[in-house]
Amino acid sequence: MEKLPLSQCKHGLYDPRYERDACGVGLVANISGKKSHDILEKGMEILVNLSHRGACGCDPLTGDGAGILIQIPHQFLKQQCADIGINLPGQGEYGVGMVFLPSDLGQRQTCEALVQQVIEDEGQGFLGWRDVPGNNAEIGYIARDSQPSIRQVFIARGSQVHDEAHFERKLYVIRKVIERALGQRNDDLGEHFYIASLSCNRVVYKGLLLGTQIKGFYPDLSDPAMSSAFAMVHARFSTNTLGSWKLAHPYRLVCHNGEINTVRGNINWMTARQAMFSSDQFGDDMEKLFPIITPGASDTAAFDNTLELLLATGRSLPHALMMMIPEATGEQVEVSQDKRDFYEYHSSMMEPWDGPALIAATDGTRIGVVLDRNGLRPFRYVVTKSDLLVMASEVGVLDIPPEEIRIKERIHPGRMFLLDTNEARIIDDQELKADLSRRQPYGRWLADNKITLDELPEPKDVKKLVPETLDKLQRTFGYTIEDLQILMEPMAVGGTEAIGSMGNDTPLAVLSGGPQLLFSYFKQLFAQVSNPPLDAIREELVTSLEAFIGSEQNLFSETPEHSHQLKLKQPILSNAELEKVRNISVGKMMASTCSTLFDIQEYEGSLELAVDKLCRQVSAAVEAGSTIIILSDRGVDARHAPIPSLLATAAVHHHLIREGTRTKVGLVVESGEPREVMHFALLIGYGAGAINPYLAFEILHDLAGRDVLGGQVDGYIAEKNFVKAVGKGVLKIMSKMGISTVQSYRGAQIFEAVGLNEELVDRYFTWTSSRIQGIGIDTIEEETRRRHSSSYANGRVWANMELDQGGYYQWRRDGEYHMYNPETISLLQQSTGNNSYETYEKFAESIDRRDRQLSTLRGLMDFKSSDTPLLIDEVEPASEIVKRFATGAISLGAISREAHETLAIATNRIGAKSNTGEGGEDYRRFIPDPNGDSRKSAVKQVASGRFGVTTNYLVNATDLQIKMAQGSKPGEGGQLPGLKVDEYIGWIRHTTPGVELISPPPHHDIYSIEDLAQLIHDLKNVNPQARIHVKLVSEIGVGIIAAGVAKGHGDVVLISGDSGGTGASPESSIKHAGLPWELGLAETHQVLLMNDLRGRIVVQTDGQLKTGRDVAVACLLGAEEFGFSTAPLITMGCIMLRKCHLNTCSVGIATQDPELRKRFAGKPESLINYFFFIAEHLRRIMAQMGFRTVNEMVGRMDRLEPHNAVEHWKARGLDLTPMLQLPEVSDNVATYCQVAQDHGLDQALDHQLIELSKAALENGERVDIQLPIRNSNRVVGTMLSGEVAKRYGEEGLPEDTINCLFWGSAGQSYGAFLAGGISLTLEGDANDHFCKGMSGGRSVVYPLEGSTFVPEKTTIVGNVVLYGATGGKVFIRGLAGERFAVRNSGAQVVVEGVGDHGCEYMTGGTVIVLGAIGRNFAAGMSGGVAYVLDEDGSFASLCNVDMVGLEPVVEEDDRTVLRHLIEEHLHYTKSESARRVLETWEDVLPRFVKVMPHDYKRVLEERKESGLTTESVSIG
Amino acid sequence: MGKPTGFLEFHRRPPERRPAQERVKDSKEFYLEWSEQDARDQGARCMNCAVPFCHTGCPLGNLIPEWNHLVYLGQWQRALERLHATNNFPEFTGRICPAPCEPACVLSINEDPVTIEYMEKAIVDRGFQEGWIKPEPPASRTGKRVAVIGSGPAGLAASQQLNRAGHLVTLFERDEYIGGLLRLGIPDFKLEKHVVQRRVDIMAEEGVIFRTGVSVGRDISIDDLKKDFDAVCLTIGASQAREIPVQGRELNGIHLAMEYLTQQNRRIAGHNVSPADAITAEGKRVVILGGGDTGADCLGTAHRQGSEIVYQLELLTQAPDKRPPNNPWPQWPQVLRISPAHEEGGMRDYNVLTKGFSGKDGKVEELNAVRVEWGAPDESGRPVMKEVPGSEFSIGVDLVLLAMGFVHAEHEGLVADLGVELDGRGNIKTDAERATSVPGIFAAGDSVRGASLVVWAIAEGRQAAHSVDKYLMGQSSLPSVQL
Repeated sequence: MEKLPLSQCKHGLYDPRYERDACGVGLVANISGKKSHDILEKGMEILVNLSHRGACGCDPLTGDGAGILIQIPHQFLKQQCADIGINLPGQGEYGVGMVFLPSDLGQRQTCEALVQQVIEDEGQGFLGWRDVPGNNAEIGYIARDSQPSIRQVFIARGSQVHDEAHFERKLYVIRKVIERALGQRNDDLGEHFYIASLSCNRVVYKGLLLGTQIKGFYPDLSDPAMSSAFAMVHARFSTNTLGSWKLAHPYRLVCHNGEINTVRGNINWMTARQAMFSSDQFGDDMEKLFPIITPGASDTAAFDNTLELLLATGRSLPHALMMMIPEATGEQVEVSQDKRDFYEYHSSMMEPWDGPALIAATDGTRIGVVLDRNGLRPFRYVVTKSDLLVMASEVGVLDIPPEEIRIKERIHPGRMFLLDTNEARIIDDQELKADLSRRQPYGRWLADNKITLDELPEPKDVKKLVPETLDKLQRTFGYTIEDLQILMEPMAVGGTEAIGSMGNDTPLAVLSGGPQLLFSYFKQLFAQVSNPPLDAIREELVTSLEAFIGSEQNLFSETPEHSHQLKLKQPILSNAELEKVRNISVGKMMASTCSTLFDIQEYEGSLELAVDKLCRQVSAAVEAGSTIIILSDRGVDARHAPIPSLLATAAVHHHLIREGTRTKVGLVVESGEPREVMHFALLIGYGAGAINPYLAFEILHDLAGRDVLGGQVDGYIAEKNFVKAVGKGVLKIMSKMGISTVQSYRGAQIFEAVGLNEELVDRYFTWTSSRIQGIGIDTIEEETRRRHSSSYANGRVWANMELDQGGYYQWRRDGEYHMYNPETISLLQQSTGNNSYETYEKFAESIDRRDRQLSTLRGLMDFKSSDTPLLIDEVEPASEIVKRFATGAISLGAISREAHETLAIATNRIGAKSNTGEGGEDYRRFIPDPNGDSRKSAVKQVASGRFGVTTNYLVNATDLQIKMAQGSKPGEGGQLPGLKVDEYIGWIRHTTPGVELISPPPHHDIYSIEDLAQLIHDLKNVNPQARIHVKLVSEIGVGIIAAGVAKGHGDVVLISGDSGGTGASPESSIKHAGLPWELGLAETHQVLLMNDLRGRIVVQTDGQLKTGRDVAVACLLGAEEFGFSTAPLITMGCIMLRKCHLNTCSVGIATQDPELRKRFAGKPESLINYFFFIAEHLRRIMAQMGFRTVNEMVGRMDRLEPHNAVEHWKARGLDLTPMLQLPEVSDNVATYCQVAQDHGLDQALDHQLIELSKAALENGERVDIQLPIRNSNRVVGTMLSGEVAKRYGEEGLPEDTINCLFWGSAGQSYGAFLAGGISLTLEGDANDHFCKGMSGGRSVVYPLEGSTFVPEKTTIVGNVVLYGATGGKVFIRGLAGERFAVRNSGAQVVVEGVGDHGCEYMTGGTVIVLGAIGRNFAAGMSGGVAYVLDEDGSFASLCNVDMVGLEPVVEEDDRTVLRHLIEEHLHYTKSESARRVLETWEDVLPRFVKVMPHDYKRVLEERKESGLTTESVSIG
Repeated sequence: MGKPTGFLEFHRRPPERRPAQERVKDSKEFYLEWSEQDARDQGARCMNCAVPFCHTGCPLGNLIPEWNHLVYLGQWQRALERLHATNNFPEFTGRICPAPCEPACVLSINEDPVTIEYMEKAIVDRGFQEGWIKPEPPASRTGKRVAVIGSGPAGLAASQQLNRAGHLVTLFERDEYIGGLLRLGIPDFKLEKHVVQRRVDIMAEEGVIFRTGVSVGRDISIDDLKKDFDAVCLTIGASQAREIPVQGRELNGIHLAMEYLTQQNRRIAGHNVSPADAITAEGKRVVILGGGDTGADCLGTAHRQGSEIVYQLELLTQAPDKRPPNNPWPQWPQVLRISPAHEEGGMRDYNVLTKGFSGKDGKVEELNAVRVEWGAPDESGRPVMKEVPGSEFSIGVDLVLLAMGFVHAEHEGLVADLGVELDGRGNIKTDAERATSVPGIFAAGDSVRGASLVVWAIAEGRQAAHSVDKYLMGQSSLPSVQL
């Protein structure tokens, strides 16, 4: 068969570069380095116990990969080799390669011959090959079909090689030479050849296996002779099932759980640096290592490649890891000066590899483990009294008697853990880093060599514009009045980005009639599911805008010169600062300015030549010793137009990378063009180190001078605010991709282009995705010329140099086209109000019309009619079709009660579905109205804010939707302005009225694909009848994520388009983030088909679907369900005021103002009419195309064809073929959802609990249950809670009705969504997501009897405990991990210590911490109270006091609450801490700090004044 | 932008009108001034809609939210700039436009719309007061010469735009005044003539050459016209009035509305009208046929002349007070309009068909009419009219004014001589760019569109200017207007 595995090639929209994975990682070691077979057995046992973190695809027996990395088992191999006639030399004298070879014998021999040849060429001894036995009887068919021939090659150390390290380097060279030789061949041999490991001290056994299969597959591993002092194991959950053996972990040095978000930039920079590499260790061999990073490598592989290089060139394992994954050292973080200097110094040579990463790496004797600065992956460990170290993503993966345990801990964010088996000890972070930080006088080197702007002399001459040219420049650079008013004014006045609402309905840049800035052809990418976005607002301390620019030195050496660069606090330069840079003359620093203007009067094609010329000019400047290049478009006049700044920057950046000189210079952009946040992000993303937006500054001064910005803001303040807003905005865009530092973002190219052709992209924006082709540089030139001529046309000077309106944000008659315009809005309202299909047809015609105005990708597609069209009566009835329709997730809060309930009534009447949105739902709506209408939303959304997500809410749902991203602002959390949080909304959301609600950007229980699978499982447990949705937003790779969702047992995946609406989002997000659903949907359908997963998941799409035609295209591209939001709102009276964020909706929809709500005039009938019109319109198209049912039509992208009739000056170059390419799969692959997912609920412990609780559930009698528990028992108590809520509603059962006692290590999501009346007691410990979403009941945890460790210093529960809890009580004897009680809105908790970010976003409840806390406590906390026992006085420095005040505990009420809860804690857990506090109550009390949110305090006081108690607050 | 809660804080409050009894005694405009704060409060009511329906309701595409906002901020001069960006003559439209923008205002869905028209007037009046409105002659001349024929609002707008683009414009007018209907048709109480003249003066200073009393085709030959100018723009209006071919039409005392109104305008301007020619309502029983704006102008004029009694008769049915369901927002509401003239008196009657006139000594004395009913529409979509048997009646009358609208441009003379093609309705036929069938000859305004609003005429003139400029120069940065 031997055809290229699908995973290796692009097909349609599928691009393997966007494959994602995540997983469970484990490690077991003997601390003193004693080898034994037992370690291997334990390693494999960990794999078995982590198997729920891995995944399998369509073939239940094919895993996504599992593996084990161990030391070379010398005794075992010597014996095995002897049997086949290979005489192995002594330990360390030979290397072992674990090689995957082609299964075809001929091909295999070719490879083997090559391997032998290279070994000999490199002067080492070839000893022979050994077949590694592989028993594939138990593995899946996909794994079997793709199974390589697995052999070990043995290499004897050559005579010139003096030591083990040298030999290891030689083996590295051999591997790289082989890889390159195979990579350069014309055939596909390289695809089937892979070296899993080649080393003289370690070996990797891995494969496309489940964690449980490793042992059975490799008999070697069970051989008692095989031994190692440690075993690193890994179970993989990948997004695809296009099985590949080589993608299993461990890699050669590392196991990785998470993602490297900056990988594109890291690879670019490593490539750029290569030319300057010089190493004594390698000498001439250096070039043999190129390319350092294997082309097409995954993020982990790229990391592994780089780490390998750093180790081989002489850095120690911990040193290299510190360079690659530095911890946060921002101003808010307390770090020693030495360490700060170490990190700063090293940042001059390498940008961080940034992302949610837990990396375990080994050099054969030492094992280093690091966690990224955000601490987004769990890693728990135990050290026993007999020197055994067990580390894993979960606690409880090995059974260890409690009395054996010496230490029980977790890895903290940014911290490193090092086991040195030579030294036979664990070296803690502090000692380790202190030693490394003092290796060299880094601080002095920095002081002597680093340059800052402050040190540079004030420039004599700062450039200014002459006022007369301002108008012309503005027009030349395409400024509009909207740019000034809507974007720049809020930045200049408030220092923040403008907020807007509703979705984008203007054409893609490539379909726009007018010239567009090049920036507009790019869309921001964002993290979803496989990696989390970060929180640039609440977790600002991990972010940084600081960066070096200048000339980098050799990566492998350490000299004072390395830090001889310019350090910038942030990347936007004022005019004066730019002049400082321009005139820099310190040491070897030198700046050159290269003009980016081109002569407009030359012939067409001059732009391309000008870019070439610019690149040559820059090269010459670099050659002449410049370390900073300023790309400047100053000097525009009638003859000279500017090269678009993004084109100039990216072209130079990639030119220098290719030339190998990129790291010798920093790029500074001096341009009149950039003015919005997206522009700056793009320039940085394509290589700019700093930007001087001189025209934007000039405009700000002009506006201030004209008194447009209000009296307080002069030009100077405006400029300062603007720079601040840009900084914040860029941080936000970075954070959407989970990138923390601007240094890593620079050159990371986190964008997808839409409408640029391949030639242009390959040349100037290399490696950027652009999937449907589009314009080339000639059209960019034409656009530039058009803008220029609007200022300088024919030499005529207009008296009236008014700027263009723009009309991009608000419709204007002569501005950009909007699909929702006065004509379409009124036609839609009239048709649905009067039930006139005729009028609807006029509406549809106006929307669908393509002769006059192209707006969307679907507009570029035509239907292929059938030769044998059907009669309309033969098509399934509209009443069936409307059941596939849903309204979008619009929260109560974003819209009024009246509007929200109208949507529900309308959809419920016709069997369609409405969606709660993220704001919870009044439980009184769960009961039908007397007239039979139901106000209950069928779809209940679970978003990152978890507002009002109670158990009762979850069980009252047909579907549960996990919102991973939202089309209008993917990568950001929901946002509800304080004006709209009235008493009723606050009550439903469990939040403080009047306080703005911003949801966390990530779900704190989803940092990876296996976490998502876990949440799906959690929700399925609480409501087994509900379909679980996952809402994603279209971007490249979304199909791959969707496949991951299917494998994670999602029942429905929703692919949202970028144009979806919003109640409030930053304008740059509305306009520039995400991609059209057409792309995401087509990719999803293609990838699901290729993986044979399409049949088990429903695909829904939404994003400004307006007409039956839109639905038909969506169906043909792969959707079987359809969502609508904006159009339904319009049928209810919305007139696109886009004032949702201001609470002033004049038609009573997007407002909570009681006066305005009275104006709501929407009727359910209008929406019902609309849905039937859509269905009818769809039926007509179906008849014409010959489809009887929607199911027949799903995914028939082959029945679409590109629409060629339109002559559009920009759209001509588009190529939709990849979107319309149906993958070739066998006939039995399902093309729409036909089978239900197997959620594996039958294994749940809760079946037992429910059975045992029968008396309680049915009669309310008390029951007591006692059971052992272990980490594979996940989601315990949840299904039971669902049963309670279904029967007993919001309140649940009376306290202590169902009592459960467990002992052992509980799995993830223990106690999730616990309902009232259930009391859980756990003796032992628990993993992540403990009691998340708890809405009642009680949960107690304390160590197992017999434990000898000190509980109050021991991590007993994992990360993200109590996330989104709405009620109940929890007592934890011991420490909790990071992000404790995030979004708690009602639970009362006592815990003895928490990690970073405790009580973040909390809006209610009480948290008592009796011990240490981590950093950033109470960030964004707006309600509830925390009491922290601050023994050492450090609390104030660890608490984020933006929104809270710190007070002593003096009020009687406070003292009572505190004492009472601590007494309960003692009662339930026997806590020593509690006992001590109570015994010395009066002495200890002054050391308690009460953390009180300012807003909460205000509201409580207001209520007190108005005589209301908290309880009596109206529920409307 | 704007004050988000303004519409909740302030109610619609247009400027007050002078009391009817007082204003009928003179020919001055009837609105009182707003205070600065009044205007700013009213500006604050604008919601700055992302889809401003007012802006589509306005043929000129006036940037209404922009200037409402600026007035709210008190930035009058910038407001004036934004107003002039789309409208050459806001002082005309601010006074006499029926303001289709206002019923299209989003607020009018469930309350009173923003006082858009008065805002426009307030801004431009402020501009003149402050001296901000000054001649803006072009920086350089293109050397091209353009003839614009007819000096109504379309001709004035086209001339000003073309002049600003650098062309040398000659505007021909056959009457003795520049301004067309603005000057001679519209009564002073709606638009005082110094308002027209001050704009004409500014245009003259900008370099537009005005030639009054010149009838092109008679006083200047077509050949000379073509020879002397690089392009011609016809803005000659639709002055052919609709007639009523009934018995007794020839009797004395029956006049076209325009004969009556122009004479009154000349009289106010100080012309002597010989008693023999005078048409006056003083002491007379007056009947106005036609219920439109011209009829209302006649009504107001008759009151001011001291008429004894005035009837206004309309063939069609009285429009409802509120929008019927088939005429929803944001469509132009087909509702009963009460113009200021109606406040001053007169009796309106509907469903009346005039059958003829009778009189003595060649002088009209009676109007004979019958009541009609309107039935369901026929095949062509027009409702069918039926006379009500036995409903015949007569009204004693001394003066009858025919205000039943206009049919099209005058064909005789210029139009015929130029040979431009006409459309089925007798209007000059042009493409969307306003080019006629004859190269180099453009047409705009009522002569193309049929009788319409001043705001349409200005829009037409602006579009024609854009097209003429493009024709002359190959490209144009003059704004193009969707018509």
